[in-house]
Amino acid sequence: MSNVTRFERSSATRDSVLVKSIILILSLGFFGIFLLLPLFSVFAEALHKGFVYYLKAIAEPDTWSAIKLTLLAAGVAVPLNLVFGVAASWAIAKFDFRGKHVLITLIDIPFSVSPVIAGLIYVLVFGAQGWFGSWLGDHDIRIIFAIPGIILATVFVTFPFVARELIPLMEAQGREEEEAATVLGASGWQTFWHVTLPNIKWGLLYGVILCNARAMGEFGAVSVVSGHIRGYTNTIPLQVEILYNEYNFVAAFAVASLLALLALLTLAAKTYVEWHLKSETNAPPAIEGPL
Amino acid sequence: MSTAKKNNIFPGFGLSLGYTIIYLSIIVLIPLSAVIFKTTSLTFPAFIDAVTAPRVMASYRLSFGMALFAGVINTFFGLLLAWALVRYTFIGKNLVDALVDLPFALPTAVTGIALASLYSKNGWIGQYIEPLGIKIAFTPWGVLVALIFIGLPFVVRTVQPILEEIEIELEEASASLGASRWQTFRRVVLPILSPALLTGFALAFARAVGEYGSVIFIAGNIPMVSEITPLIIITKLEQYDYAGATAIATVMLVISLLLLLAINGLQAWTAKRTGRVR
Repeated sequence: MSNVTRFERSSATRDSVLVKSIILILSLGFFGIFLLLPLFSVFAEALHKGFVYYLKAIAEPDTWSAIKLTLLAAGVAVPLNLVFGVAASWAIAKFDFRGKHVLITLIDIPFSVSPVIAGLIYVLVFGAQGWFGSWLGDHDIRIIFAIPGIILATVFVTFPFVARELIPLMEAQGREEEEAATVLGASGWQTFWHVTLPNIKWGLLYGVILCNARAMGEFGAVSVVSGHIRGYTNTIPLQVEILYNEYNFVAAFAVASLLALLALLTLAAKTYVEWHLKSETNAPPAIEGPL
Repeated sequence: MSTAKKNNIFPGFGLSLGYTIIYLSIIVLIPLSAVIFKTTSLTFPAFIDAVTAPRVMASYRLSFGMALFAGVINTFFGLLLAWALVRYTFIGKNLVDALVDLPFALPTAVTGIALASLYSKNGWIGQYIEPLGIKIAFTPWGVLVALIFIGLPFVVRTVQPILEEIEIELEEASASLGASRWQTFRRVVLPILSPALLTGFALAFARAVGEYGSVIFIAGNIPMVSEITPLIIITKLEQYDYAGATAIATVMLVISLLLLLAINGLQAWTAKRTGRVR
């Protein structure tokens, strides 16, 4: 990368030093106060009684069971939505059919729905007063205020991540390579494993990284279905809330710092994958949210 | 559109589309339809009463008002930040560029407690502004601060790619015709950016309206003052008022779906304006 942007080379697009300084001070000042400061404060609050205290706060048994539940929820939600993302993008990018745009819009719905509503819908279906409530009660199966509800809510909020990365990527890549493979006698699975998958691997990874970050960090939706049973239905974010509401601030921030580290790792991995995506295709990765 | 014959050489259409539709129905569509069914268990006057109760109306004003306010602030600063990232060279630029997505990656509960402690009386920011008579934590302004945090990347990430693709020749032509930098920005650059700015605003607004985790810790959640609509849904659920919770959820759901359609329309417009294939 050159040191100067192309806009700085032409006198028509180069801003004066005064304008440049004002824009840099305003934008970076805003960025520092509204984005960086909250991030720093998480680590500062977590460590302000020292590192030993920090480790002790994390080593609580309830925190460990929260970590296990979060790993379980993400471990189910990410593979399920990965398989869905591949199937949906294969159908949408490789075939023409009526209602394709409606389908793409429907896939986006979980992004535009409040997380609280994402939890509510499963309470309405599986809760004690819900559609299957009495049947589940008769058979002694618990979904709401139990682990299956947490997993379902996590699957819902992370539903579109992989699909929404893969659909534009596969559409941009076209169908020629797969057509050539098919004409040369490759079976459907061979075409997919040897032609399609290598082409989409960075996009796939990108979707998985974002999907995993949201799965591990979701708060609103799992809060509605969890019932907050300590050591049983608490995920890491819910554990942060409980500790904070008990005025156990150092412990709350210590557990929160684990999630903040995960966020930083996610950003690093995402930047690395974006760099690969940019060099392999010209399709810019989709941003999170309805596109 | 290709012909049916072209489709036929690929395998797996029935399997992949069938799986997509079944999975979509089980996880998203059927549970969402429960909201509509539950709402119909209320009579129409009861529904209207539930969604227009004074405490609920106050929460709409707060949620939508602050989402709008935060969207406007983010559109302005998001444009400045995108401009700086695309047009200028400065130390730490790559780091800033990567960290712009922090609000997407940081779990909302973490954001919530961090902001609450920053702006509280003894916090890093609170201790300087409270003596000046400015209270942010546990007031409606706390809601605004949280919504600014979560909305900023939507604007930056929507505007940035459009800004990157602008051809220098346009501004050179404008300058050679005697326009000042400001005139060129107003008459040439801003019209190119406006669909993207509007899209970024709409995305940030849509996210802010339904936001829960980052808001509740700093808002103080005082009924009629700093209580957001999603929190009212949760409160009603905790009181086993499922019909009431669902009625308010229906209102939010309809607004979210309208916003989703509006955003799709805006993006089609952006694509047409800039000649980008989405």
